[in-house]
Amino acid sequence: MATKSLKKSGSELAQSNKQLEILSNGIFKNGELPTFKAKISETSQFPLIANKLEILQINVGYMCNQVCEHCHVDAGPDRKEIMTRDTMRQCLEVIKTSGAHTLDLTGGAPEMNPDFRWFVEEASKVGIKDFIVRSNLTIIRANKKYYDLPEFFKKHNVHVVSSMPHWTRGKTDKQRGEGVFDMSIKALKELNAVGYGMPDSDLRLDLVYNPSGAFLPGDQAAMEKDFKKALSEDFDIQFHNLFAITNLPIARFLDYLIASENYEDYMYALVEAYNPAAVANVMCTNTLSISWDGYLFDCDFNQMLELPVNSKSKHISEFNEELLEGRKIVISQHCYGCTAGAGSSCQGSVA
Amino acid sequence: MAKNYYDAADLRKFGEITEWNEELGNKFFDYYGKVFEEGALTAREKSLIALAVAHTEQCPYCIDAYTKDTLQRGVTKEEMMEAIHVGAAIKSGATLVHGVQMMNKVNKLDG
Repeated sequence: MATKSLKKSGSELAQSNKQLEILSNGIFKNGELPTFKAKISETSQFPLIANKLEILQINVGYMCNQVCEHCHVDAGPDRKEIMTRDTMRQCLEVIKTSGAHTLDLTGGAPEMNPDFRWFVEEASKVGIKDFIVRSNLTIIRANKKYYDLPEFFKKHNVHVVSSMPHWTRGKTDKQRGEGVFDMSIKALKELNAVGYGMPDSDLRLDLVYNPSGAFLPGDQAAMEKDFKKALSEDFDIQFHNLFAITNLPIARFLDYLIASENYEDYMYALVEAYNPAAVANVMCTNTLSISWDGYLFDCDFNQMLELPVNSKSKHISEFNEELLEGRKIVISQHCYGCTAGAGSSCQGSVA
Repeated sequence: MAKNYYDAADLRKFGEITEWNEELGNKFFDYYGKVFEEGALTAREKSLIALAVAHTEQCPYCIDAYTKDTLQRGVTKEEMMEAIHVGAAIKSGATLVHGVQMMNKVNKLDG
């Protein structure tokens, strides 16, 4: 299990241009597989165009208490990129005026940002319809100062979305680290105890499943049924929905694919599972991702690949929703991850 | 012509069998797809059965395909190995139950 980020360990895969080079060369350069651009052109879906903004996803920093094997952010305790209160203020201005109905805070572990609570308090006053915090669960048990997070989330009517790779200890700890399963179960019990995830509760608790290895996620509805049965029977834990998310071949997952000699097979699997119906609903068409330093991206993956939006409005300080609507989405071969099978987004399947 | 009897990459070409007989090939794939849909058995249960049969048939393509398929459906290593033991038990049972035929024959010829 890794203890350092790729960046800290000096891996060349920490560089986004190196990742993009891998994704453009080899099987995509020699014509074995079509590029994403060529594939979506077959069904006249190129260029992908951004529609009306619905979801603002803000990455408040790459610091995390975990070093998960497949993290697309390359997050970890050694990452120091953290959103400042000034940038948060700029984000709040945008949240107030934007037409987006969903605010989605992510990281790293967003709770580790020292201004996280201030930001949640201020953002919750704006009255946005769906206010999501992506919590890795273990942070709730990582330190006494986080123990009250379930109550804090409840107070601000936050919709909690948490990663849970499997309902068994072995598969969870393999991906997310020793002891993560037990801590996650404890955190879920605490969220349930304040009302999160209960069948008739308005306090939304959804789980995110992403595969523990070089394979695609199964059917979301079937997985949800299995998760619910196992977590309820084994631990008396309740949650609302399961989002099945495909691992995208970037950052640490790309590193894992290459090291385990699964890269080509995985790309074949993504391309073979390509679904034009998923392209029509891909999340970048209604989402904007904002980085810790305020730059705008089509999605969190493009943020990590340092592929900025194709628009004159590139930073939160010059946010212009009109300019951003209708922009051409920046694509590369990692985009196949969002269009395989039933599709994948931060809200799960899309087709 | 490859020197190996099996090539993992050939699994991707399975669909090409329709090129030499479209009608039968398509009928087979339609049937195959239908069999694995959710029914009285879940798709997950069917995948585990397929994994066990893949081993008793000793088909390397099927083993690759259904190992991946079961993983995708959240099946654990323990469940996968148990399924294979079910296949192995039937396979060895099928061998041993013929021992009765052998015994009958011995008793008739030399009893």
